[in-house]
Amino acid sequence: MRGLIIGVCVLFSIIFIVSCDSVMPASLEEDQLLDGPVSGLTGAEHRQFLLGDAAFNTEIFTGQSGLGPVFVATSCGSCHAGDGKGHPFTTLTRFGQSDASGNKFLAQGGPQLQHRALPGYSGERLPDGASSSRFVAPINTGLGFMELVSDVDLLAMADPEDIDGDGISGIVNWNTIPSYVKVADGAVSHEGKYITRFGKKASVYNLLQQTANAYNQDIGITSSFEPVDVYSHLEVDPEISTQTINNVVFYLQTLKAPIQRSTEREEVIKGKDLFVGISCEKCHKQTLRTGNSHIAALANKEFHPYSDLLLHDMGSQLDDGYTEGTAKTYEWRTAPLWGLGLSPNSQGGSYYLLHDGRAHSIEEAILWHGGEAASSRQSYEQLSDADKELLITFLKSL
Amino acid sequence: MKYILVACCCLGLMHVSIAQVDSSLFRRIPRDTSFGKSMNMDAVYNRPFLSVGKVPVATGGYVESDYTYSTMDGISEGHTFRIPRLTLFIASSLHRKIKFLTEVEFEDGGKEVSIEFASLDFMFHPLVNFRGGIVMNPIGAFNQNHDGPKWEFVERPVAMTQMLPATWSNVGFGLFGKKYSSSWAFGYELYLTNGFDESIITNTRNRTYLPAAKNSPERFMESSNGQPLVTGKVALQKKSIGEVGISYMGGVYNKFQDDGLVLDEKRRVDVVAVDFNTTIPVWKTRIIGEWAWVHVNVPLSYGPQYGHRQYGGFIDVVQPVKSGTIFGFSRSVLNAACRIEYGDWNVGKFEETGTTIGDCFYAVVPAVSFRPTPQTVIRVNYRREWSRDIINNPSSRTAIIQLGISSYF
Repeated sequence: MRGLIIGVCVLFSIIFIVSCDSVMPASLEEDQLLDGPVSGLTGAEHRQFLLGDAAFNTEIFTGQSGLGPVFVATSCGSCHAGDGKGHPFTTLTRFGQSDASGNKFLAQGGPQLQHRALPGYSGERLPDGASSSRFVAPINTGLGFMELVSDVDLLAMADPEDIDGDGISGIVNWNTIPSYVKVADGAVSHEGKYITRFGKKASVYNLLQQTANAYNQDIGITSSFEPVDVYSHLEVDPEISTQTINNVVFYLQTLKAPIQRSTEREEVIKGKDLFVGISCEKCHKQTLRTGNSHIAALANKEFHPYSDLLLHDMGSQLDDGYTEGTAKTYEWRTAPLWGLGLSPNSQGGSYYLLHDGRAHSIEEAILWHGGEAASSRQSYEQLSDADKELLITFLKSL
Repeated sequence: MKYILVACCCLGLMHVSIAQVDSSLFRRIPRDTSFGKSMNMDAVYNRPFLSVGKVPVATGGYVESDYTYSTMDGISEGHTFRIPRLTLFIASSLHRKIKFLTEVEFEDGGKEVSIEFASLDFMFHPLVNFRGGIVMNPIGAFNQNHDGPKWEFVERPVAMTQMLPATWSNVGFGLFGKKYSSSWAFGYELYLTNGFDESIITNTRNRTYLPAAKNSPERFMESSNGQPLVTGKVALQKKSIGEVGISYMGGVYNKFQDDGLVLDEKRRVDVVAVDFNTTIPVWKTRIIGEWAWVHVNVPLSYGPQYGHRQYGGFIDVVQPVKSGTIFGFSRSVLNAACRIEYGDWNVGKFEETGTTIGDCFYAVVPAVSFRPTPQTVIRVNYRREWSRDIINNPSSRTAIIQLGISSYF
């Protein structure tokens, strides 16, 4: 009888444990997570999202499956933990181009350094005389929305001659695109070049190019899109299927946009007013709009990246002497600020901001701004400590 | 290997067919006492065996099955039922001083079949025994003492199975022996076997992972690099205190040359482990623990993803709370138990930032187990685990409820 009582107690304990949220850990709030699909996908689209998710976050490459032999990281997820900003240990080094005339170091391993190598191989070293810049991996979320902003909208925001006299120009990056990239409907071209928008220098046309290029340059994986091995510089058999790349592209397109937190807090509202008031919003555009898309959940939607996807002169302190496309070495694409407050969750509890992670706080990142952003930086410096705190609070809510 | 499997099946069939005729022909074989006092190193023979009629072999085995419900950061994959392993033993005494034992394991419902042990032992002297065949490398204690029915926890200790590669066995030869008195026992083992390969630092776990070497289909046929793996252990036991062991395993893991051509420098893996077990007489509280340190020479150019150093271990505390007749089982025991475990897969700092590399976990596992007989256990576990990724991002939280059964047969 006593045994029976003990057994019943154990059974009830299990039922209690299973039903108790504090014992079975609860999920994080949706606005604390960067991963997850946009709402409104169909069942079939959810399936493809999950396939892309698995390829992006759990597929690890080894020497047997094509890694390298020279590389930067062993998987997509190594650089984009939780789909957030990357950590400096997977920072990319690009080198070999100083102006619009192109990369002079392609034969010496350019445009990207693969400084790591499989056992028995040696990683690449920067060639003498090559200019270079280091790029921390960006946040992945909401990329599908950014891909669908029309060229017309980008050109409308650009003001290369600063006609409105506000000190902020903003230009598009005209760049050549690989033959496998299908040009979007309504795309604008100029002397055989197209408007590119992804990457720190806005030098990549779309997410297919970004994905195929990252597999190749970051992991050393060849595909039907990028068939040249980064080590031998020879065309080799694809090491990843076209379908897998398509799944990853779909995954990146349909990752939800970061959700702003604490939007009702007074400090956040006041901080946002200050953000607009000192003209940060002139480049870090709050709202953009997508065009048509075969993915209904993305078509004709407003979204809030806090970026205009244009290149701006950021001053000499952020001039690394390296560039891509027609961007100048001191020009950088406006970094989308959405997800900024969640950066420490994917960067090991710290901030590593700006293109190379040199800024260890939001304030430090603001203070590195120069060039077209110098006036806004000076305005920030003149704010009271309390107002600075409000502005930072708003930025952390993004 | 095929022949051994066929032999196992034949013996199994014979066992069944005879049993269908008359189960009284079964005969329980007494525990092997040829080495006197039992220590961890005797675990492979310290199991229940049955012989059938006059068949000159003894057989045995164990089975494990469990139910799992888990959530990670609030997301659950629901309810899962598994049969992680079914293991068969066959033992034979060819001579008073020559013994053979094999252990064949069917894992994950038969998806994987492996010979975990198949050795001939020749006793020349209690301190000088020669063993050859597939041996279990004596690193730590769990590797040799891993039978499911011996433990109060559904899952095996993570650090011993995913940091150390338990169950880790290889083809090789070696010596072992024991010296004991009424209250003390000393044992040693020393083997040369095939070893690891480069998969320990090139694997889909994205971390230095010694168990990856178990996936090589050739490892029982040839060494990956022609270099033997040295494994040795010494253990000391005092009846009133318990047993403590210290063990070492090391060797070159990479294929540094092929066809006479140099491919890379020789790179070593070295492991040191300590283990202990004791029973507090007053309360009959059993305490079992093991800790291991792993050092792997990873090429510097390979980056920090695959760690040079790892350490981790576990401690189990098992407290009998009721023994005697429960539910009509006359020798049953009800235990309360708790396991604490920790593992750091990548000890060090990032060169780029000077910050600590993560890739670590710790877990607490309270448990209740019921043993209707000493050889059978029903166990309920709750596992709470906190783990960090390589970058040291905020912990992911996992909770697992498990109900499992395990029994020798």
